[in-house]
Amino acid sequence: MRLIRNIGEWFDHRLQLAAPIREAAQHPVPRSTASWFYVFGSAALTVFLLQVVTGILLALIYVPSAGEAWSSLQALNHGVTLGWFIRAMHGWGSNFMVAIVLIHMAQVFLFGAYKFPRELTWILGVFLLLMTLGMAFTGQIMRFDQDAYWGLGIGASISSRVPIIGPAVVKLLLGGPIIAGATLSRFFALHVFVIPGMLMAFVGLHLLMVLKLGINEWPMPGRVVKRATYERDYHDLTKQDGAPFFPYAIWKDLFFAAFIILAIAACAYYFGPFGPTGQPDPTIIQTAPKPDYFFLFLYAVLSLLPPSLETPFLLIVPPVVILALILLPFLSGEGEKSWKRRPIAVLAVLLIAITLGTFTRLAQFAPWSPHMNAWSGDPVPENFIHGTTALERQGALVFQVKQCRNCHSLGDIGGQRGPALDGVAVRLTQDQLIRQVIQGGGNMPAYAKNLSPAETTALVAFLETLHPPKQAPARDASREFVVGDNAQKSPGTQP
Amino acid sequence: MSTKPVIVPSTDRTVSRRGFFTKMGMLFNGFAALVLAAPFARYLLSSVTHGRGNGYLSWVPLGHVDEFPEGETRLATFQNPYVMPTDGKTVDTACWVRHVAEDQFQVFAINCAHLGCPVRWFPQSGLFMCPCHGGAYYRDGSRASGPPERGLFEYPYKVENGLITIKAGELPTPGAAMASLSSEKPPCA
Repeated sequence: MRLIRNIGEWFDHRLQLAAPIREAAQHPVPRSTASWFYVFGSAALTVFLLQVVTGILLALIYVPSAGEAWSSLQALNHGVTLGWFIRAMHGWGSNFMVAIVLIHMAQVFLFGAYKFPRELTWILGVFLLLMTLGMAFTGQIMRFDQDAYWGLGIGASISSRVPIIGPAVVKLLLGGPIIAGATLSRFFALHVFVIPGMLMAFVGLHLLMVLKLGINEWPMPGRVVKRATYERDYHDLTKQDGAPFFPYAIWKDLFFAAFIILAIAACAYYFGPFGPTGQPDPTIIQTAPKPDYFFLFLYAVLSLLPPSLETPFLLIVPPVVILALILLPFLSGEGEKSWKRRPIAVLAVLLIAITLGTFTRLAQFAPWSPHMNAWSGDPVPENFIHGTTALERQGALVFQVKQCRNCHSLGDIGGQRGPALDGVAVRLTQDQLIRQVIQGGGNMPAYAKNLSPAETTALVAFLETLHPPKQAPARDASREFVVGDNAQKSPGTQP
Repeated sequence: MSTKPVIVPSTDRTVSRRGFFTKMGMLFNGFAALVLAAPFARYLLSSVTHGRGNGYLSWVPLGHVDEFPEGETRLATFQNPYVMPTDGKTVDTACWVRHVAEDQFQVFAINCAHLGCPVRWFPQSGLFMCPCHGGAYYRDGSRASGPPERGLFEYPYKVENGLITIKAGELPTPGAAMASLSSEKPPCA
């Protein structure tokens, strides 16, 4: 024991780190902050360190070359002992990190921790969020598969919309004219050198400020932040009702950190690594690329926005959101901290969470995407052709062969891009059906050039059978008077 | 040492020898930084500057006319003219070739004009459909429905001795040079 102490003292005589470390560990914190709500910051740091470790382990095998990255991932998954587990840890770690950083941010916002004098801590936190998302995106590129390849194409298409400098930005992003070797190399440099380096520096400053300014006290309704008095009040609070951070508060951080690491390991073990999907070969076009979960909301937004609003949205909204987050502590640097007295803050968090959640959920179904194989793969449900005439069956065939099914579902099977056609005959008369098929409109292509008159007749005859059994199809009442009784002969209607 | 050097904050405008050299040292480092900044920036921006004008674009053979029957649209692949040793399969590019009539063709980029996903051709309904956000185009490449704001990108082409060549080399994006190139009349149309 004495030997260990002597060695320790020998080092500390030279390093002189023991005193500042002890001071930092035992700095007094308000007792109220030893709470399970205060564990997310340290959890984010824990996951970041875990990502550094698993990232270095992956770099021992991974080859950042467009020609070999995919095969090296296969080797990791199947060839190297426990390579799959390290990949899965890194992939699940990234998912956890994005989630924890967002939860940490929401907690800090709801507890008013961004207010005076912790404005800069919040602003650094905003940049840390952006860097985390940057790591998530560049990490998705490291998994150099079809999704990564076409995801880069989407990134390039978005960047190209920047006025004037768009094309130059694309070439700078891709490192050349196309998505190729230089693209992967530069995203590798971003993912393992540039962004992690910045992350470490920013995390260091972020932590330093938490130490220097003190952790945010538990917000009490009515205890209002004022620039003139806050720091003295906080000092008094830590004196009267404070306790050393170590060991009074840290044990919850320690428990949660270990829990998160084990949770990531459990996910990695049970669900395994992410991909890689198909090879990044641009000539394989049978692919429907989708982003990882943290960018699914963007995928949904880009599908649902009116086309004319898309470019302004992409170019204006992100800077405005970032600016708003940076300005937040200056706009409400004083006042109430407690969420109980800040209904708009609570509603804002709920609104953002519900919006992001809804878009993410929608993007998992992607109802806006045509089902590329529905026309050849999905059967026409039996009840839709039971008791139909030859003409109507021919129409059902036309319906399938002309890929109508890719966008329109029957019996809940098929694409959801257009409306389900189970009851279309109730909504549209014969003439309206013909017009819609021939001319398109309302986001449907016109089929006039691709349907012969006979095919159109058969198709519309089939569509007119699509109504609930006890509900008559729509009919144009005026036609009977203009053309005569037999003018509107809808199959399936009683004369 | 018994006497510590006393640093007196100078109120007058005299400059000490040390102060002067410190400032010169900083200036000298600034100069060194400037000398390095130029090559660093040029290296960093080389992918942009190389592409000025038609830097990356060149004529690429696509195949013999006979491979593309008249009235049909077929998938063709070509190798991107600008190749780096680590590119692997990524230099192989696909495109859709529509043989309109005789020497008249249309060569469409595989990338959707919305966000660049690979569009697929459906001959039965005469539509190109995009699997990502549901963009659809008619057989002549014009926009049919969905989020794209324009038709498919077209490569300029020429037919010589029965061989189709296209001017390619850049990823077609809504803001890129190729988008404006496609509005040029192809030499043989």
